[in-house]
Amino acid sequence: MKQYIARRLGYSLLSLFLLSLTIFFFVRVTGDPAALLVEPGASQDDIAAIHHQFGLDRPLWIQYGLFMVSLLQGDFGQSFYYRVPVFELYLSRLPNSLELAVVAMFLSLVIGIPSGVLASVQVGGFWDSFGKMFSLLGLSLPSFWVGLVLILFFSVYLGWLPSSGSGTPLHLIMPAFALGWYFAAAHMRLTRSSMLEVLGSEYVKLARLKGLPQKLVIAKHAFKNALIPVLTLAGINLVIMVNVAIVVETVFAWPGIGRLLYEGISFRDFPVVQGVVIMGGAMIIVVNFVIDILYAVIDPRIRLEK
Amino acid sequence: MTLQTETVSLPVRAPSRFAWRLAALRSRGFPLIPVLILASVGFVALFANVLAPHNPEVGSLAARFKPPFWQTGGSTKYLLGTDQLGRDVLSRLIFGARVSVVVGFTAVIIAGFVGTALGIISGYLGGWVDQVIMRITDTWLALPALTFAIFLAAITGPSMWNIVIILAITYWTRYARVIRGEVLSLKEREFVRLAIVAGCSKWTIMRRHILPNVLNSAVVLGTLMLGVVIITEATLSFLGVGVPPPQPAWGLMLSDGKQGLMVGYWWLTVFPGVCIMLMVLSANLIGDWLRVKFDPQLRQL
Repeated sequence: MKQYIARRLGYSLLSLFLLSLTIFFFVRVTGDPAALLVEPGASQDDIAAIHHQFGLDRPLWIQYGLFMVSLLQGDFGQSFYYRVPVFELYLSRLPNSLELAVVAMFLSLVIGIPSGVLASVQVGGFWDSFGKMFSLLGLSLPSFWVGLVLILFFSVYLGWLPSSGSGTPLHLIMPAFALGWYFAAAHMRLTRSSMLEVLGSEYVKLARLKGLPQKLVIAKHAFKNALIPVLTLAGINLVIMVNVAIVVETVFAWPGIGRLLYEGISFRDFPVVQGVVIMGGAMIIVVNFVIDILYAVIDPRIRLEK
Repeated sequence: MTLQTETVSLPVRAPSRFAWRLAALRSRGFPLIPVLILASVGFVALFANVLAPHNPEVGSLAARFKPPFWQTGGSTKYLLGTDQLGRDVLSRLIFGARVSVVVGFTAVIIAGFVGTALGIISGYLGGWVDQVIMRITDTWLALPALTFAIFLAAITGPSMWNIVIILAITYWTRYARVIRGEVLSLKEREFVRLAIVAGCSKWTIMRRHILPNVLNSAVVLGTLMLGVVIITEATLSFLGVGVPPPQPAWGLMLSDGKQGLMVGYWWLTVFPGVCIMLMVLSANLIGDWLRVKFDPQLRQL
């Protein structure tokens, strides 16, 4: 087990290292940030001064080395544009992203789990077909278009909800729905297949043989166990939501991490882009690591295989 | 009085072979409507210059923000209305199909080619080659795909062919993962062992014995990826890092449509979105059908 954890940890660190390397060099291909920071008609000396100030005049591998050294100390560098530490910027936006992701997750579970259970109880029935349609639509509609149509309907025609910005709970409803839509479909599909698996198991058959009514079998015996994989997926999806909200955040002008990354890319703010992408990748790598370990704890066959 | 007997030739003909085949396919759950939708999108894309009533990139400023013909203020000259530059929405939709089809199919094929090749090499050779390819795949999968695509698009600048390459770079890992898994089990099979005994080289085995057996999965995966790729393309164009204006792409039209959104010019938002939805939905339905038909193992995907 220890060996297994050590190897997994090694892989995760290697992935993280490759990620930092990829991002660092890709970012530097985007172009010269100095060109966007100086006034038009600035002299070569001014540009050179900016290069010197940010350390962009040094060889690439030295830049990378310095970047890694400070990264290991938890320092993501300073934003070229905002002139504040990237980590501070990140932390100032993180609560907004988390707020959006948590509400979207809540919506997706509230929609996904009951419809998945209903679909599994009567395979081929009305709710099953409905659920199939719903999950197909969930996978086929771009989230930003869902957002635009919501704005069109609830802000423009009905005038019930504000179309952009943040601050009140009302601002949250539409972005959360646009973001949660896709995940609701994913949660519905998993709930359905997980319920079907549990419903076919021996102990559910036993519960039925005991003469328990259908409702009790489903609520007490099947549902609880079927929920485990769904909640695992929900945990992973929460991390993914924080990191893929960029489009929804753009549509609704929501000041989260996605916006920060988008601004960083447009201003060629290297440290911001590096910081946000590495944080996002790191979160996913950590989650994958934890899941690998948990699975190995549950299923010894996994840790024995090479 | 003569009785006239007339033989009435009944207008009953045996159903043509084609129709019969179609009916047979239908009964097996063949997704006829999705195939028709996708085929007509392909047709429209191919003959866009003949079908489009107006130039999609040039409008008349006198005819800005005209609604579709059935609303007051609309005219049959512009069936689905005009946008903020007075360009015909229908013509832009028609030419937009071309972008979606070209980007979607080429990206899926390139990604499929790279991913399948690497998956086979990784799975069959094993050892350090497998380790290297799979570590890279893992790192790739750790990146949020959309964020990575936006990032690459911002680097390379807007252009249709850049988008194709970016989408291929972003999505090849999905193929590599699945195909590698299949190859791992295939390479233990009898026919591969026999080929080794017969003295085939590794490359011959991969090309002649492994590849044909994973093609089904690659095709199924490709059909399912088509929807993802089209949505990603639309998203990139929407964010302004995809297909550059004034080229008509559905995502770009949605981005332009934002200008008229708050004043209620709904046609600029609804029509392009419906086109994307229909195309992606069709691809997904066809993919699901193929998956069930060809590859029961993939059903869990």
